[in-house]
Amino acid sequence: MSLLFRDYAGTPKAFDEVVGAEGVRVAYGSVLRQLAKLDSEEVRARAEYLKSTYLDQGVTFDIGGEERPFPLDIVPRVLLADEWAEVEAGVAQRVRALEAFLSDVYGEGRAFRDRVIPRRVVVTSPHYHRVVAGIQMPNRVRCHVAGIDLIRDEVGRFRVLEDNVRVPSGVSYVMTNRRAMFSALPEVTNRHRIRPVEGYPLHLLAALRAAAPSGVADPTVVVLTPGVYNSAYFEHALLARMMGVELVEGRDLVCHNGRVSVRTTQGLRPVHVIYRRVDDEFLDPAQFRSDSMLGCAGLITAARAGNVTIANAVGNGVADDKLVYTYIPDLIRYYLAEEPKLASVDTWRLEDDEHREEVLDRLDELVLKPVDGSGGKGIVIGPRANAKQLDALRARIQKDPRGWIAQPVVQLSTVPTMIEGKMAPRHVDLRPFAVNSGDDVYVLPGGLTRVALPEGELIVNSSQGGGSKDTWVLAPDGVRGKRRRRRPREALAGVPQVDLGEERVQQQAQQQQQTRVGGSPC
Amino acid sequence: MLSRIAESLFWIGRYLERAEDTTRIVEVHLQLLLDDPTVDQDDAAVNLLEVMGVPVGESADTNEVLRALCYDPASPSSVAAALGGAREAARRARETVSIEMWEAINTTWNSVKAGRLQRMRPASAFRLVRERCAVISGTADQTMSHDDGWLFLTLGRSIERIDMTARLISTAHLISGTQATWSNVLRGCGAHHAFVRTYGGVTTDTDAAEFLLLDRLFPRSVVHNLRAAQAALVELDQKARRAGSDEAQRLLGTARAALEYRDPGMLLDDLPHRMTDLQRICNHVSEAITERYFSGATAATWSGGN
Repeated sequence: MSLLFRDYAGTPKAFDEVVGAEGVRVAYGSVLRQLAKLDSEEVRARAEYLKSTYLDQGVTFDIGGEERPFPLDIVPRVLLADEWAEVEAGVAQRVRALEAFLSDVYGEGRAFRDRVIPRRVVVTSPHYHRVVAGIQMPNRVRCHVAGIDLIRDEVGRFRVLEDNVRVPSGVSYVMTNRRAMFSALPEVTNRHRIRPVEGYPLHLLAALRAAAPSGVADPTVVVLTPGVYNSAYFEHALLARMMGVELVEGRDLVCHNGRVSVRTTQGLRPVHVIYRRVDDEFLDPAQFRSDSMLGCAGLITAARAGNVTIANAVGNGVADDKLVYTYIPDLIRYYLAEEPKLASVDTWRLEDDEHREEVLDRLDELVLKPVDGSGGKGIVIGPRANAKQLDALRARIQKDPRGWIAQPVVQLSTVPTMIEGKMAPRHVDLRPFAVNSGDDVYVLPGGLTRVALPEGELIVNSSQGGGSKDTWVLAPDGVRGKRRRRRPREALAGVPQVDLGEERVQQQAQQQQQTRVGGSPC
Repeated sequence: MLSRIAESLFWIGRYLERAEDTTRIVEVHLQLLLDDPTVDQDDAAVNLLEVMGVPVGESADTNEVLRALCYDPASPSSVAAALGGAREAARRARETVSIEMWEAINTTWNSVKAGRLQRMRPASAFRLVRERCAVISGTADQTMSHDDGWLFLTLGRSIERIDMTARLISTAHLISGTQATWSNVLRGCGAHHAFVRTYGGVTTDTDAAEFLLLDRLFPRSVVHNLRAAQAALVELDQKARRAGSDEAQRLLGTARAALEYRDPGMLLDDLPHRMTDLQRICNHVSEAITERYFSGATAATWSGGN
């Protein structure tokens, strides 16, 4: 093992993905072997390169108006083919169930009638939007893109932590991470068969085109961004560029007669599919926040008229709601008649009197999450909080029990991460991305692995100082052998060169000099 | 193409050219001070700053010139501000500019932001800026489709170049009237070599002015850029049948005719004043283009629902 990893041991409580009780795990064997061929200084230099290349490329995210490069760690996270197969099937199943649930919620409401989930839970969600009830999606898809956050528990089993079917972000870093790793560690990457991630934009574009309003043969797709000050602006630009579509802001759009157009130098041009990265509340000032500058008034009307498709659909947030999360295993059984393939994390519903009493007694050992939060905002980790914070939390829960859920502290799995030039275990999660085209659910092999960089930290979000790792899904024959030598092919003639006749001129010029030296009479 | 993106590209063109030309102007200024010991340094600095549109108090010196025109990103006329502006505009049009061009702009801005220019001797800093600008515009030429977006970029560059060349000629004229002036101006435009090859070694001020203002083939001459801007506008406006219906084209055409058809003997007459006029025309052209192509980008605001 390389010097860098010699003293590495995981943390006692968590599952370490690299080192187990029997030594290095299968998935990482060859990665560590290849890394060991590089000397420690070299690995550190490569890690520095990763940092500088992201600054040059402008691969950044914004925190409070400041652009920062997204930290990418030098050690990849590796998943074996069969580990991934389990994740892939589980994520696809979950997306199918969420789709069925959402069209039920905004449609006939079978699940309420059959008492699988109380109607109260859904309609009290802050992200439930009555204004979109009854809107039919052209190809019945509402979650064109989904990001399902997974963690590995103390025994290494994947569990779903939360669902993101509003505007999940981070996929751009999956693609840029891969490119950066290929150029930073070619010796390691080229010895593995890693399933590619470059195809994502094509899958996304296909899904968006498939979702176009009926009767539009060649739909115009745009990406709607809140603008350069949004933390994920880099991603919006990257996706637009890779899909070859326009990146628009709310002020570029105009709605008229139930149709949406974009302002160009040649006048207005119609738009059919909007992949929006603007939150529901800001999307249409005529329906939601009337002071929004980020959206365009009339979008919902146009969507209801069936002239434009908004992807992801408005109102998807009910499925992200963390109280609804507790019902998802039941919903999977109800809609799909299948057992859930991925486990969830045990969760207490604080609306329930018994649950609440138990949780309030044990606040200092549990994790409390607001139901509508994302990006790790508002989470309180009991064992880390002081008495004052816990009291404040208790009061807030009693005031709004619907607004909170409680979970046990799950020790996220760890992967070695370079911290100040040394390898140290850090907690990670995984966000696989799924694209639903209506015909099938494509799960991008790998997804975004986020790392909590401070020691012992369990919240991995980039807005909370998290970094990332390139996530490799190995093909079934994951490690490449030595390449057999091919017979040399017959080479074509070399590159053409100009003949300036220099040689002869040079000869004569030199002869002339010699005659001069000889003392010619001229 | 989107009006907002077109506007961004137009301004990338303008800001990059501004950064480059500002270094040229400052370099000529510093050189004039060296060549002509009779020039009062502080007066010259005040003149230069006025021509460049920097508010000046009673006095200024060379350090103030370097701060206001080169290093200080908070000074709107500085090279640093121009590069920052180009970078912001490129960031807003990031899916339209090519990756290579974006990276060229971004790395340039990163090093300027980190204070690289201040740490170098002025002459090296100027050369660095000029080289970076050449890399960026070369990359743009070679990696972007020459479509509408590229035309807006070219348009911005040409208009800014006319404006800045006019300023360069004005400043040189204000500072000093010696023979060295014109050859410094030519050097500042990178035109000295081309000029000598065209006119030979023995030349007059009129020859130099003629070359900078009227040469058809030299890419930094005023007439060349008036033509280039006009050509880009014609290309953008393929459908127009009646000549001169576009305000920007009309302004450019008039300015070009005024230069081209002037009595050759009167080329140098009233030059500073005419250069100021030229700058004014550039402003009008820019406004006309904004009006016609970019104003679609002004948002309609929603005022209902409260």
